[in-house]
Amino acid sequence: MPNTQPGEITGEPEVALADVTPLVQLVSPTGERVVEPDNATYRSRVDHLTSEDLRALYRDMVLTRRFDDEATALQRQGELALYAQGRGQEAAQVGSASALAPQDYVFPSYREHGVLHVRGVDPVDRLRLYRGEDHGGWDTAAFNVHLYTLVIGSHVLHATGYAMGVQRDGAVGTGDPARDTAVVTYFGDGATSQGDVSEGLVFAAVNNSPVVFFCQNNQWAISEPTSRQTRVPLYRRGEGFGIPSVRVDGNDVLACYAVTAEALERAHSGGGPTFIEAYTYRMGAHTTSDDPTRYRDRAEEEYWRQRDPIDRLEALLRAEGAWDDAWAAAVDADADALGERLRTEVRELGAPPTTTMFEHVYATEHAQVTTERAWFEEYEAETEASR
Amino acid sequence: MSETLTFARAITEGLRSSLESDEKVLVMGEDVGRLGGVFRVTDGLQKDFGADRVVDTPLAESGIVGTAIGLALRGYRPVCEIQFDGFVFPAYDQITTQLAKMHYRSRGRLQVPVVIRIPYGGGIGAVEHHSESPEALFAHTPGLRVVSPSTPQDAYDMIRAAVASPDPVLFFEPKGRYWTKGDVTTSDYPTTSAAGAADVLNRARVARAGTDVTLVAYGPTVTTALKAADALAAEGTSAEVIDLRSVSPLDVPAVARSVERTGRCVVVHEAPSFLGAGAEVAARISEECFYALEAPVLRVGGFHAPYPVAKLEHEYLPSVDRVVDAVDRALAF
Ligand SMILES: Cc1ncc(C[n+]2csc(CCOP(=O)(O)OP(=O)(O)O)c2C)c(N)n1
Ligand SMILES: [Mg+2]
Repeated sequence: MPNTQPGEITGEPEVALADVTPLVQLVSPTGERVVEPDNATYRSRVDHLTSEDLRALYRDMVLTRRFDDEATALQRQGELALYAQGRGQEAAQVGSASALAPQDYVFPSYREHGVLHVRGVDPVDRLRLYRGEDHGGWDTAAFNVHLYTLVIGSHVLHATGYAMGVQRDGAVGTGDPARDTAVVTYFGDGATSQGDVSEGLVFAAVNNSPVVFFCQNNQWAISEPTSRQTRVPLYRRGEGFGIPSVRVDGNDVLACYAVTAEALERAHSGGGPTFIEAYTYRMGAHTTSDDPTRYRDRAEEEYWRQRDPIDRLEALLRAEGAWDDAWAAAVDADADALGERLRTEVRELGAPPTTTMFEHVYATEHAQVTTERAWFEEYEAETEASR
Repeated sequence: MSETLTFARAITEGLRSSLESDEKVLVMGEDVGRLGGVFRVTDGLQKDFGADRVVDTPLAESGIVGTAIGLALRGYRPVCEIQFDGFVFPAYDQITTQLAKMHYRSRGRLQVPVVIRIPYGGGIGAVEHHSESPEALFAHTPGLRVVSPSTPQDAYDMIRAAVASPDPVLFFEPKGRYWTKGDVTTSDYPTTSAAGAADVLNRARVARAGTDVTLVAYGPTVTTALKAADALAAEGTSAEVIDLRSVSPLDVPAVARSVERTGRCVVVHEAPSFLGAGAEVAARISEECFYALEAPVLRVGGFHAPYPVAKLEHEYLPSVDRVVDAVDRALAF
């Protein structure tokens, strides 16, 4: 029976953004600074950002969106097996990642293309997994970004364990900004129902570990609205574990930066974990295999289209006289160059040599792998010879 | 140095030696700290190494293994204790989906040297979920090493080798043997290098030499096989007993060398026979030793039923009589 579940969305978003309180917001959807007594501490965390910094954030968001569009197109052309779009979540991802220190470590899910962009992971490498050429694709140690994890919620425990290691290394609470280390893990609204996420919250809470749990509530877990995962606002999940928690407007890049900066400061100084719910929207399909017209409606999509995070930052830049047409044209040119590079280089990624499937199953010799690999190599050589 | 230790104590001493020689080694699990574990295998370790290295964790197996993976990614070598065999399944996903694949999916860039200790097997009159043998479920997963010692000396050497291994190791401890005693040489026998560690974990051993039939066992059933060999000797049959020590990888050449001489092979384990480690041994021996075989490879294992109530477990478990019966059938072939 469709449309009869409690909280099912029909037409309008179940909870309009304006009604979601409390919600940290520093820039309104129309691009004005929000100045309220409540957000003073967060405002102070973005005071130092210059017009140039804001333009850099804008550029990162535009490049992230272009990456998304190109990857989607490449999938449509049969060049990628699958792609999970991040459209609409650029502010949450770029804003939070921009607050990180280089030594901070990120455990992403599979949609954090904006985070990877900010951390410097090469755009071609970011698509190896989706092309079916690699299960990972980048050197995690070079960027302090772990590989994508497709199993919902599993990596939240890895992040927590990593943070427990950071504590044992004495890399929290030293006061040295180049040494104190936090771990940020990204996951979705659907992931909050996984036991591993709750276990991660338990372990981080009792150990007071330096973890930032960054939940992007994009309203959907494939076809299920957030009301199928929870009866309380998601940020309140954190409170139940004794973890300071905050809900932020996930389409407001400055607010996302500010709440993450606060959480990082807490983690770095030995103050323990934070749970952030970034209230945002998945503007695209779940993945290139999905058809959202089967479960959500145009009015809702339109509502959120009017709250596009990139438009909001543009409005702010214009309102503050920080917009510059020549600079904007240069950003577009950079985006075009990125698209061009992806279209060429992703197509050039071949299949790895067949024997690589036997490599790195174990770090030390394992007789089963050795035996099967030897058999396979002989078999391939024979088939080759008889051709 | 050599001393007489129980099987359990040999593991304690092995862990102690690993904790001493590498400050990155951690022990973590439910009740492993203050209490010393429900079997006391970690007794005294928290007192000596502190609560940051011998860690009482929250009661959540997926959390234990999942955070151990994260600790390993940060450069630590966690040794996780799962309290009983039947309680490993909440962690099954993290073990098979994450731990087993991390090295592979990073193309060798990442290593996750996590050891998961699991007291396993039956015969102790326990309530349900406390007597199971799930080793084949893990051995079926590429990326994991699955081992099980059968003597105090091996327990000491193999736990140290497991901790030193750069690969994840499932370390199955036959809980019914925890209180058996044996002489243990606690020297630096080759477990300090990665290659040495792999060698200790890879090789089967001949537990008793013989000529007429090869009995293959590991963990708790090595003792059963040795007792069966005694009984068979009284009947004039000379049985060779091979202690596999490792289920993944399997030391097939060691078994094949023996069967080439004896022509007969019986595999014994507590886990259900159906799709168990014995099925793999039988398949491999029939491939490798086809012309030497005088009889099909036979299996003596648990039945395809959930582990029964304690009052029936001795009928379920492979007994000396059932092993002797299988050998008689092989000889009569
Ligand atoms: C353990 C597990 N179950 C199911 C899936 C299939 N799946 C992939 S994404 C997804 C929805 C995830 O929703 P959410 O956590 O909100 O993240 P989002 O996709 O919205 O970013 C599901 C069910 C999976 N990848 N892993
Ligand atoms: Mg979602």
